[in-house]
Amino acid sequence: MEKGKSVFGHIFKGFNRSSQHDEDISLAEECNRAEDAVIKIENLNIYIRNNHILKNVNLTLHDKKITCIIGPSGCGKTTLLRSINRMIDTTEHLRVEGRVLVSGEDIYDHKAEITHIRKKIGLLSQRPTPLPMSIYDNITYGCRIHGVRSRKVLDATVEKYLKGVNLWEEVKDRLHSPASALSIGQQQRLCLARGLAVEPQFILADESTSALDPISSKHIEDLFAKLRERYGIIMVTHTLRQALRIADYVVFMYMGEVIEQGTAEELFKNPQHELTKQYLSGVFS
Amino acid sequence: MLILTGLSLFLLVAIGIGLFFKSRLILSEHSLWDLLSGSAWKPLSGEFGFLPFIVGTLFVTALSIAIALPISLLSAIFLTEYASSWVKRVVFPIFDILAGIPSVVYGVWGTLIIVPWIADKLGPRFVDYTSGYTVLASGIVLGIMILPILVSLLIEIFTIVPQDYREASASLGATKWQTCSKVILRKAMPGIVAAVVLSISKAFGETIAVLMVCGNYAAIPRSLFDPCYPLPALIANNYGEMLSLPLYESALMFAAFILFFIILVFNIISRWILRNIERSYKM
Repeated sequence: MEKGKSVFGHIFKGFNRSSQHDEDISLAEECNRAEDAVIKIENLNIYIRNNHILKNVNLTLHDKKITCIIGPSGCGKTTLLRSINRMIDTTEHLRVEGRVLVSGEDIYDHKAEITHIRKKIGLLSQRPTPLPMSIYDNITYGCRIHGVRSRKVLDATVEKYLKGVNLWEEVKDRLHSPASALSIGQQQRLCLARGLAVEPQFILADESTSALDPISSKHIEDLFAKLRERYGIIMVTHTLRQALRIADYVVFMYMGEVIEQGTAEELFKNPQHELTKQYLSGVFS
Repeated sequence: MLILTGLSLFLLVAIGIGLFFKSRLILSEHSLWDLLSGSAWKPLSGEFGFLPFIVGTLFVTALSIAIALPISLLSAIFLTEYASSWVKRVVFPIFDILAGIPSVVYGVWGTLIIVPWIADKLGPRFVDYTSGYTVLASGIVLGIMILPILVSLLIEIFTIVPQDYREASASLGATKWQTCSKVILRKAMPGIVAAVVLSISKAFGETIAVLMVCGNYAAIPRSLFDPCYPLPALIANNYGEMLSLPLYESALMFAAFILFFIILVFNIISRWILRNIERSYKM
């Protein structure tokens, strides 16, 4: 029953969109975006088999800010990130305790609808994964599965989001050629545009620049800085300098626990915890 | 190693040439076109028309794939994408066992179950009379025979599609089925075609099980409820019995040559198709 209702909701949304245009689209989006859009993580514990991967995590992630999750390898950064859009669900022998509230909705509630959650929270993975189809179809994939059919709307979406990631000029003449033919940096921007095209509130980035060359990496970073005006961005990063450059908030994790969190300024200039100091000064990494 | 590889290539060519030489006798008596397009099969009065056999072979093979492909695609998708790990642990070996059952067992099963079912239950709804030994029975038995192989191959193919694609699609809010039908099937397309080609090649040559249920009647089948007589069955049924007639022996060799040729051409065409698919889905 619920499923039917939400599918209908998607279709209805599609109709709404097809009757409006460019500026109207962004206006409508703006209205849809609740002002108090935040992600609240409360007492989150995650076990895989019997390993305690995340230990009692409490966090608030803000809209229209960049939050960087830092910490040594294997500290649970990625698990934390993947728990925010329930991408960890595919893991076997998984046990989750606690709550993750996205705009007040507990995504681990048994009534929560997983596709709806993921639509609200985009994911940019470590390596770009263009879907096995054309550039155009990659961007419109999300819109299509959510029921948008109008060619006009789809065309507009492709142009808007490719421009948004500064890819339009490079690919506008070959929108229908395979996405895999793009360079890896272009692919990552394409994947970002694809994620944005379903109009999420948040973007999760899992070391999204680590597989890229320095120039492409800077491209993505600049885009994040620009996108912060409209989206909440939560990124896992290995490079402290990257966090220094763009983070508004920083979360430091160690062995599955959040050791310290705060604004970038506080945390980098005046770390409170001994482990944070050591990590920032490069005692371990 | 190079020599061994060369040897297997040589064997292929040798078989082709051998069959061709053996069938020269019949080719000298009848024109190639008459042999391929003739539908009268009266060996004792010197009439050799191969059309019924060729049509029978193609008909039965096509039917078996039409039956096996949808079932095996859905099974493979279910087993790789939906089933929990204990279901996989139970079901995978079952397919291996099914694949290992000798074809004569499938033939007996077809004769005892499928043939009477078609003759008594299914046939009378569509046609006045059918013996049950039909194209349909052959297609069903053959389809079920290639099913386990096709499923195993497809599972293999779906498993090697990187997890990243599933995540990329899911992270955009796609359901599992949307991910399967729009991304995984697409990504796996070259592999699926290759798997189908492999099973069709096997289906072309499958002899015993088909021979037991096809009816062995040399006429072009007009419907699913007519008997048929595929090439392998023709060869297996008559070879050894009719060697006293040189022309007949040559005719059977020619039948083998046609089969050899069909499989060869089919493989070449499918390779070409595969290359094109790989290019158009370039990944």
